[in-house]
Order: sequence, then structure tokens, then C-alpha cells
Amino acid sequence: MDRVFQIIVDNTSGVLSRISGLFSRRGYNIESITAGVTADPRFTRITIVTSGDEAILEQIEKQVAKLIDVRDVRELKPEESVYRELAMVKVKVSAKEREGVISLSNIFRANIIDVAPQSLMIEIVGGQDKIDAFLDLLEGYEILELARTGIAALGRGIDRVVHIEDDGTVRGWTDHMRALEEEKKLQQKKNGKKARK
Amino acid sequence: MNGAQSLVKCLEKEGVEKLFGYPGVAIVPFFDALKDSSVEEILIRQEQNAAHAAGGYARTTGKVGVCVATSGPGATNLITGIATAFADSIPLVCITGQVESHLLGNDVFQEADVSGACESFVKYSYIVRDPADIPRIVKEAFYIAGSGRKGPVLIDFPMDIQLAEAGKFSYPKEISMRTYKPTVRGNGKQIKNVCLQLSKAKKPILCVGGGVHLSGAEKEIRQFAERYQLPVVSTMMGIGVMPSDHPLYFGMVGNNGQSYGNRAMNEADLIMMVGARVADRSVSQPGLVMTGKVLIHIDVDPAEIGKITGATTPLVGDIRTIFKEIEKHEITTDTSAFLRKLTEYKTQAKQDKQIASRNNMRKRAPHTIDPAAFIHTLSNAMDKDAIITVDVGQNQMWACANFAVREGLFLTSGGFGSMGYALPAAMGAQIAEKDRQVVALCGDAGFQMTMMELGTIHQYKVPMKVVILQNHTLGLVYQYQKLRCEKRYTMTEMDDSPHFECIAQAYEMEYYHISEESEVNDVLREFLLDDHPAILVCDVDPEEMA
Repeated sequence: MDRVFQIIVDNTSGVLSRISGLFSRRGYNIESITAGVTADPRFTRITIVTSGDEAILEQIEKQVAKLIDVRDVRELKPEESVYRELAMVKVKVSAKEREGVISLSNIFRANIIDVAPQSLMIEIVGGQDKIDAFLDLLEGYEILELARTGIAALGRGIDRVVHIEDDGTVRGWTDHMRALEEEKKLQQKKNGKKARK
Repeated sequence: MNGAQSLVKCLEKEGVEKLFGYPGVAIVPFFDALKDSSVEEILIRQEQNAAHAAGGYARTTGKVGVCVATSGPGATNLITGIATAFADSIPLVCITGQVESHLLGNDVFQEADVSGACESFVKYSYIVRDPADIPRIVKEAFYIAGSGRKGPVLIDFPMDIQLAEAGKFSYPKEISMRTYKPTVRGNGKQIKNVCLQLSKAKKPILCVGGGVHLSGAEKEIRQFAERYQLPVVSTMMGIGVMPSDHPLYFGMVGNNGQSYGNRAMNEADLIMMVGARVADRSVSQPGLVMTGKVLIHIDVDPAEIGKITGATTPLVGDIRTIFKEIEKHEITTDTSAFLRKLTEYKTQAKQDKQIASRNNMRKRAPHTIDPAAFIHTLSNAMDKDAIITVDVGQNQMWACANFAVREGLFLTSGGFGSMGYALPAAMGAQIAEKDRQVVALCGDAGFQMTMMELGTIHQYKVPMKVVILQNHTLGLVYQYQKLRCEKRYTMTEMDDSPHFECIAQAYEMEYYHISEESEVNDVLREFLLDDHPAILVCDVDPEEMA
């Protein structure tokens, strides 16, 4: 079964090649890999879809964590996360076929983003299942070109936020809040001392 | 101050005393800056040996070894040495010259993407882009190389950055790397758990690897084993953790190991793997060996635990720190029955070996010696704390089984198996400690792979000794072809070996030769006596099996 890993890395040159190199060298599978800057521009979020048995997945996590540019690696389990992918499909359509493809796209809430005399370009966003289902339904038509981005993913809710502190430390949300509180207490203590003085 | 001067200054700050290197135009500013520094440079004869020598230096001193090469071919020549260090977790900082930054990627003269090429066998690599970054990069590089699971770090240093103005020099006192924080202290709960498991075991055994040496925990392990009377076996990289003749030591394990060592592992009910990675040559069938046993795996690298086989009790941290902690706990264990049995196996195996060697003697070609017995005699003739470097091949197998380590070091390329390692590594070790006895043991093939370093030995008057076991074959592969290819020997015979005596003469080294058992003791005494570099060639029957 496919598993999704979220990796937060320093935005250094060669970091993507270090990660993908590690996967290919150790024979781990990559179904898809996406990378993009996080809310903090110093860091990049890499989302890798991979597969393997428990032992391999454990090794993937450990070996990735060992890379020096990696700040955080964790699995985004399906029940606790949202996955999204974008696909662009170019379908060959005659004037007669056009209506059918458009209405199919509407059902899937896909957008027509380019219309040409002999083709339509459709943009669809969703989980992989939805995109697969849409592509299945397009089987009656000739798909000229297909571009899929691979999965981007986030954990659900505030509890699963992976927070990057100003100093670059990566913490889970509860740890982040705890750290904030401790800092506040420390500040209060300091202020108290000052007041006494 | 330019970038090159800044880098040299950083090396001084890191306490680097010696480095091994070879110049080219792209690294000339660095060597130019080195001239005004306290760091002593040793000009080797081929870059691969700079990395091996730096490895031997590092393993002798416990410090990070440094090697330097130029861009392109200089850098690619380094690669085998870097990979060798990576496989055995030896701390190195490797500095390579690089073409000017704005030319990178244009395939200009002597350009190679060395950081790309080395990616899978360095711990980390840097390409210096801004001379202001040099102090931070060097500080990090030494820290990364010498901490956690040690290993080589590469700094690729473009020519223009070497010459660029680096501004005011300030070396960071502290290091803060958010993404790299190796675990040193073991988890307290797990340590208690380890002690509990040990108390429950009836037939516990310690299997020690190179990690023990890297952590400097030899003393702690010996004391631990002695206190609880625990039998100890080792991997190839763990040789020397226990003195070879220690009653609790049961030899090296693995497919080239001692039968009684493997038997001990098989019969144990608890295996404590310490600084060993359950490598294929040590534990060829981990599934079989580990079934029904408790496996305690102690390593500084969490990724090694569970990579090959699942551990019952994983314990991540620095071995020395962990054993200092374990020392505080009380363990109750009675291993006397198990020890008695293992000692019986050992005695029996040693008797069998003597008989076999006597039988072999009759079969042996005239004017050849018994390599196994010779190596044992050599080890006893050497100083107690001497360093032996062992090459790769039959000589390595014989040495692992027969060299008696007392208080010295046994250095070999275990993980990567790089032929030609022994000579440059011995050079590095001898340059690190010029008053200690250092002997390189190699075959005639491995010796010829790096014998150009005799030039370095000659130039710097390195008083090391070289023993060559000469059988005019690539012994281990020859042996493999004998057994697996029905004696169809291809590419393994080297009939017209050079006259090593003439080579010794060319480099003004003493030369000795042994072809009869009766000569061994006398010649060895003389060979080891003074501190003049010397070569000893011993004739070995090519049909001799390792």
C-alpha cells in the first residue's frame, strides 16, 4: 500500500538530489515526489509517496532522518491527513464529443482551462482516487497528454501542525505550545525579579 | 585574508597537525596559505592514498584525518579512499580544489562534480560559495565527521573563493546545528531493560564491532566482560577490542571467522551487538542466527538498528557513555557452564587446526612457509602496543584468524575491502606516532596497487615496515576460482612479479626474504629491530587456502 511521508528540509542546494538519491540507492520506491517552499521560506516541504513493508518503511524514516539537511520526517497517515493532487489532461475531441467531456468534467468539478478546435485541456484537483476515476471515465476518448503533479499533503487539524520555530527547531503543535508557555513563565520570572529590584 | 588563508586558519583552530595531500593548480592557493601555518603537509604519491593515510592517522590518533586534493582527476582519485572511510565510519575531512565558481557546470579543464559523485558515501558535503561561510563550514565539517556515527565530510573549494577576500576572521566557538544532533546518552529505561535481560539470560554473548574502537570504549567493554564473565566475539572491525589471548575472547565471527566463535553465537540465548551493524560478512544468515534469541543492539546510529534484523532491545547512543552508565547497575548472571562449553570448543578447534597445519606442511611446496603460523609468530615478535595494518585478500583472512593483538591496533578495510589499503594506512599511522612500531601486512598484489607510496616513505623517512606475502596470485580470487570455477584461473596469476629486492633498493629500504620456516624467527627479529623502513617478502604456496 502507498504511504505518504512529509519531510521538512533546509533549503540548501542539492537537498532534493540527496533525498531522491537516497531512495534510489537503497532501492526504495518513489511513487511520487513533490517539493515546495513552506510558510517559512528557509525551509522546503517534500512529500514523498512510497511503498514497502513495515521494515522498509521504518528504514526509510530512519535513513531520511539521518540526512543532515533534514529537520523533520513523519508519515502522514491517510485517516489523519488530506492528500491532494492536480492533474492536467489534454483530450482529443471533435465538435460532437466536446459537450460530453465538458459535462463529465462538471460532475468531477474539474475545470476546462484550454479549448482548441481539436482538443480540450482539463484541470482536476483531488485525491488520487478521484483523479484515477476521472481518467477511467475518459477512456472512451483519446487522451493526448497527461501531467500529474504528485501528491501534496497536510495533517488534519491543529494538533498535527508541524511548527517551525523562529530558530529553526521543528516541533509538533503541543510541544510548540508547551515551549511557548515555558518561555512566558521564564519571562514572568525575569520581570518579577526586575520588579523586586 | 583570503578564503584559502581562512580555511588554513580554521584547520589550525581545529587542532590539525598534519594533512595528506597532492596539489594541482585549483588547490594551489590553499597550499600556498599552508606554508605560513603550523599544519604540516605530507605529499603523497596518489590521492587515493591520501585518504587511506588520513584514515590510518585518524584511527591511530582518534582525531579527524585530513586529506587534500585538486579538482577533477585529483578529486576522483580520492573517491576510493573516501568510500573506504565511509564504509568503516572513519572520520575524515576531505578538501578538494574546484574550478572557479562561474565556470562550474561548463565541463572546463579538470572539472568534476565531486560532491555529486561522492554523495552516497560521504556523511555530508559542502561546496563553498562565499568565503565568509568558511569558518562555519569547517566547524560543522569537523563536528559532523567526528561525532555520532563518524565518517568522511567533503569540502569542495572553488579556486575563486580561495582567492576572494574573506573579511575579518572569527572562528565560531560553539556549534548549533538544528538538524544534526547525534544521541550520546542512552535511554535510561532501555539501559535498565538491558541489565534485566542480561540477568535473565543463561548463555549471553557480546559481539563487538568497530564502533567500540570509534567510541574509545575498549576498556569499558573489557571491564564489563570481565566483571560478569561474559564471552566476547568480534567482527573484523572489532578485532583488538579484546586481547586475542583473553580467556573470554572467542575470536572473529562470520564466514571468514573462527568456527568456535560462530558456534558461540549460535548457541547463545542472548546476543549483545555493540557497535556492529550485523553486516553480511559477519552474520551471513541473520534470520537463522537470531531466531529464538534476545538481541540487544547498541549503536550510535539508530538506522543500523533493525536494518538487517529486528532487535528485542534497541539502545541508541555512544557506546562508552552507555557502558559507563550500565556499570552503575547490578547484573546477576552465571555464565560458568556456557563458558566451559565454549572454552572446550575453542581448545578443540585449536587442536584440530594444529593437526591440519601439520598435514598441510607435507603438502606445501618446497621453499614456502605457513602463512598462518608466520602471522602468529609475527604478532608475538612485534611490540605489545604495535600497530598492524592489514590489506585485503588472503593475507587479511590469515591475519584475522592468527594475528594476536595485545595492546596494539589492528587496522584493516573491513566494510569496503579496498586492496592497497595497508601500505598508505600504515604510513598514516606511523606519521601519527613516530615512536610506535607500525607494520603493514599485504599480499604481493595489494602491495603493487599502492607501492608508489614507498616514495613518500622514503621522502619523509617514515620508519615503517612492510611484510609482503608473495604467492604470485590474487590469492583470494584464485582460491575462489579453484573452488567455484573448477580451477579455471583467469586474471589471477601474476607470474612475473617484480624483484622486490630491487624495489627496496630503489627506495633505500632494508630488504629481507623468508622462504624457509627455519628462517622465520631470526629474520623477523632483525627485520623489526631498528627504526629504518624495511620490506620483508615471505614466499607462500599459491595453493595455500585461507
